[in-house]
Amino acid sequence: MLAFIIRRSLQSVAVLVAMSLLVFVGVYAVGNPIDILINPQADQIEREHAIAALGLDRSLPEQYLSFVTGAAHGDLGRSFVHSTPALSLILERMPATMELALAAMVIAIVLGIPLGLWAGLKPRSIAGRAIMAGSILGFSLPTFWVGLMLIMVFSVMLGWLPSSGRGPTVDLFGVIPVSFLSLEGWRHLALPAINLALFKLALLIRLTRAGAREALLQDYVKFARAKGLTNARIIGVHVLRNILIPIVTVIGLELGSVIAFAIVTESVFAWPGMGKLLIDSIGLLDRPVIVAYLLIIVTLFIIINLVVDILYSALDPRVRVTESKG
Amino acid sequence: MPGAVSRRAVETPLRRIAGDFASDAIAMAGLALLCAIIAAALLAPFISPQNPYDLSQLDVMEGRLPPGSPAPHGVYWLGTDDQGRDMLSAILYGLRISLGVGVVATGFALVIGLVMGLTAASMGGRMEALIMRVVDIQLSFPAILIALILLAVLGQGTGKIVLALVTVQWAYYARTVRSAALVEQRKEYMEAARGLGLRPARIVFRHLLPNCLPPMIVVATVQVASAIALEATLSFLGLGLPITEPSLGLLIANGYQYLLSGKYWISFFPGIALVCTILSINLVADQLRDVLNPRLQR
Amino acid sequence: MSVPLLEVEGLRTHFFTKAGVVKAVDDVSFTVSKGEVLGLVGESGSGKTMIGYSIMGLIDPPGRIVSGRIVLGGRDLRALSPEALRQLRGNRIAMIFQDPMMTLNPVLRIDVQMVETILAHESLPRAAAMERSRAALVRVGIPSPDERLSAYPHQFSGGMRQRVAIAIALLNNPDLIIADEPTTALDVTIQGQILYEMQKLTRETGAAMIWVTHDLAVVAGLADRVCVMYAGRIVEEGTVADVIERPVHPYTQGLLDSVPSRTARGVRLKPIQGMAPSLADLPLGCAFRDRCGRSIDACLGAPETRMVGDLSRGRAVRCHNPLPPVAVLE
Repeated sequence: MLAFIIRRSLQSVAVLVAMSLLVFVGVYAVGNPIDILINPQADQIEREHAIAALGLDRSLPEQYLSFVTGAAHGDLGRSFVHSTPALSLILERMPATMELALAAMVIAIVLGIPLGLWAGLKPRSIAGRAIMAGSILGFSLPTFWVGLMLIMVFSVMLGWLPSSGRGPTVDLFGVIPVSFLSLEGWRHLALPAINLALFKLALLIRLTRAGAREALLQDYVKFARAKGLTNARIIGVHVLRNILIPIVTVIGLELGSVIAFAIVTESVFAWPGMGKLLIDSIGLLDRPVIVAYLLIIVTLFIIINLVVDILYSALDPRVRVTESKG
Repeated sequence: MPGAVSRRAVETPLRRIAGDFASDAIAMAGLALLCAIIAAALLAPFISPQNPYDLSQLDVMEGRLPPGSPAPHGVYWLGTDDQGRDMLSAILYGLRISLGVGVVATGFALVIGLVMGLTAASMGGRMEALIMRVVDIQLSFPAILIALILLAVLGQGTGKIVLALVTVQWAYYARTVRSAALVEQRKEYMEAARGLGLRPARIVFRHLLPNCLPPMIVVATVQVASAIALEATLSFLGLGLPITEPSLGLLIANGYQYLLSGKYWISFFPGIALVCTILSINLVADQLRDVLNPRLQR
Repeated sequence: MSVPLLEVEGLRTHFFTKAGVVKAVDDVSFTVSKGEVLGLVGESGSGKTMIGYSIMGLIDPPGRIVSGRIVLGGRDLRALSPEALRQLRGNRIAMIFQDPMMTLNPVLRIDVQMVETILAHESLPRAAAMERSRAALVRVGIPSPDERLSAYPHQFSGGMRQRVAIAIALLNNPDLIIADEPTTALDVTIQGQILYEMQKLTRETGAAMIWVTHDLAVVAGLADRVCVMYAGRIVEEGTVADVIERPVHPYTQGLLDSVPSRTARGVRLKPIQGMAPSLADLPLGCAFRDRCGRSIDACLGAPETRMVGDLSRGRAVRCHNPLPPVAVLE
């Protein structure tokens, strides 16, 4: 198990290095930030000062090298626009994104698994068909448009919920600002979280339904019935434990995708997270922030994948044994 | 008995698939809707009330009129946008662009994915390991993130968004083709083809390729829908198509600022058009998946 | 004759599929006495497994018991509520399935799967249920039971898994065990061991057993009485000795002739011609008619079950033109 974790971690580091190179070369070859960042009325000397200050006069390999040495010290460069370290700029925004992503994931799980189970147990019932139809619709509705419609209905027409921002935050453990500890924060969180959850909800419904239908056909379910177990026990323990393995894997992997998709929801609801920062930075060609964002998200993904792999082997006894043998 | 035999002979695979497909009413409704949408997009110049991009036909004084307002040419059934453009016309033209970008990107991605997947499957060894490694890494990141990086790097433009969509999608095809090809390669008729001394190219194109098609058709259908959705999302974020190529996503983004003042129609109707397009493609894809999957055949 | 433990009468279990009504079990009647082993023999697709599921109340849609009575210890199972039936399952009637690789839940430990079987039927402290599970493993001959209890199914061989399944079936000392080809998926040597264990265990516990199989040889060594099934119906019934040595139904005769035997070396095997008919599209009259060497005009009409020979021996046949009971005795 330990060897497995070490091997996987090394792989992850290799991917991270490759991605950082790709991202850096890509982003630093874009456009010309000098034109954007420096006042066009500035004279030649002022321009050169600014270029030197931002390190833009050096060659690409040199810029990358200084970037990597910096990154190793936790320094991902300074934002051209905000003149603050890019890393701290992003870390400041991270709790907002994480709160949104986790809230969305919780909504998707709490609703998706029971609904999918229901649709899987009673595929021919009206409720089962309605749940499936809803999930196809959930797949087909573009997130950003659903966000707009939520604003239209709940903010503009009904006036129940705010359409933008995070509302007042309360510091969790004295350091992490969160919205969910106050009623006003909840009101701000509700629409973005529902919006972001919708696609994953549809996905989880389908996954759970397919898993349940597959599991119900297995002999061990028939044997469990032959043992005289109650339906609650058969579904709650025998069926659920089996379909939970792929579901946990997918939930883990989808957490990364939710964080990525938060870019869209954050833009619609002006939610002050990393995703909105990224879109703003792309518009302003604020390269250090873009690179830092991408590196952080790649790192996040790699960590998530690693955790999912470990979790998977903890859940499925068959994998656990082959790993310990290997 | 001879009657029974000839009836059997007419039962071609295509007919069977068409028959199976038609057995589901919802899928047929999806197909009908999709056909209507494609027809509307193709015929947009002939059926739309005005040319939404002929500035001489636009009147800013007619801006932001609600649906049903009287228009010089009749009625603004779906209202007008801030520049006095008839929304119905704008949507019909927008559909053309959205569908066009989605189909073109899917086409390119399909070809590249096919070539890569078949190369991996038929060459094996290091080439296969390399291609599949790239595919795996790419598929472990969400499409939108990869597209955003690319557009951040490349800048805007129709060609660039097509490039971004192709980059995002080719990996799906490569993976599908390779796994289908690997399964096919192990079958006996492939042994027979090799035993007959057929040239490798002939084996790949006449034998391997046709048998990889069913899963490819399903993946391609789903991917057209997701390409359209992704393009709309990127355009909405201001990173997609330029303002001169107003796809549905751009129309929706355009109406965003007016939504808060209750002028819903500028965002609402293009969104409905987008949803109908994606939904109809997904319904067709769902049924195709069932019909073309030999494991599910009853 | 004592009151039978199980009495099945006129049972019909049909499946209502798109392709038509599949008559998996069609007018089947038999009895099982206390401590008796009944062999239920038939080709695959003859409906024998569905008889087991019908008794257990495990027929799923589109299948349904259309008519008939299933009486266990004086209670009509078809009249019971689902909850009352559940309380009988795994308690008074237990079932063992064909493929031991599939019947145990792969992600639950053996102790979990055993203890839940006990706790589903009586309230008992966990420790007591655990102790009983341990004893059941010992009883079916599983070494180091404590270690085995905390293992997962994939850590067992096929034969061991089937022993675990048998131990689970025996946990609540059932009156009746339905064994659905439990040895078919196993190696021949393991098969012999399991057969021996089952015989010993039923004798020890006094449980009656229905042994479903396609293998007449297995039944010969194990069962007291045999029912031979063809196309959803019982075509011949009698004691093992009677049926195997003096078959009266042409189908039984055919089955016996198609088995190679040690004593008749060099004798040509006579496989039954043709294929078993589809249960969705049975011919009118006798279902075996087209494959039968003895068919007569009367076979166009459905045969009724008739008692043959000495009434006290419970011989019955469903045939218009049966073999004389002494045919093989020459």
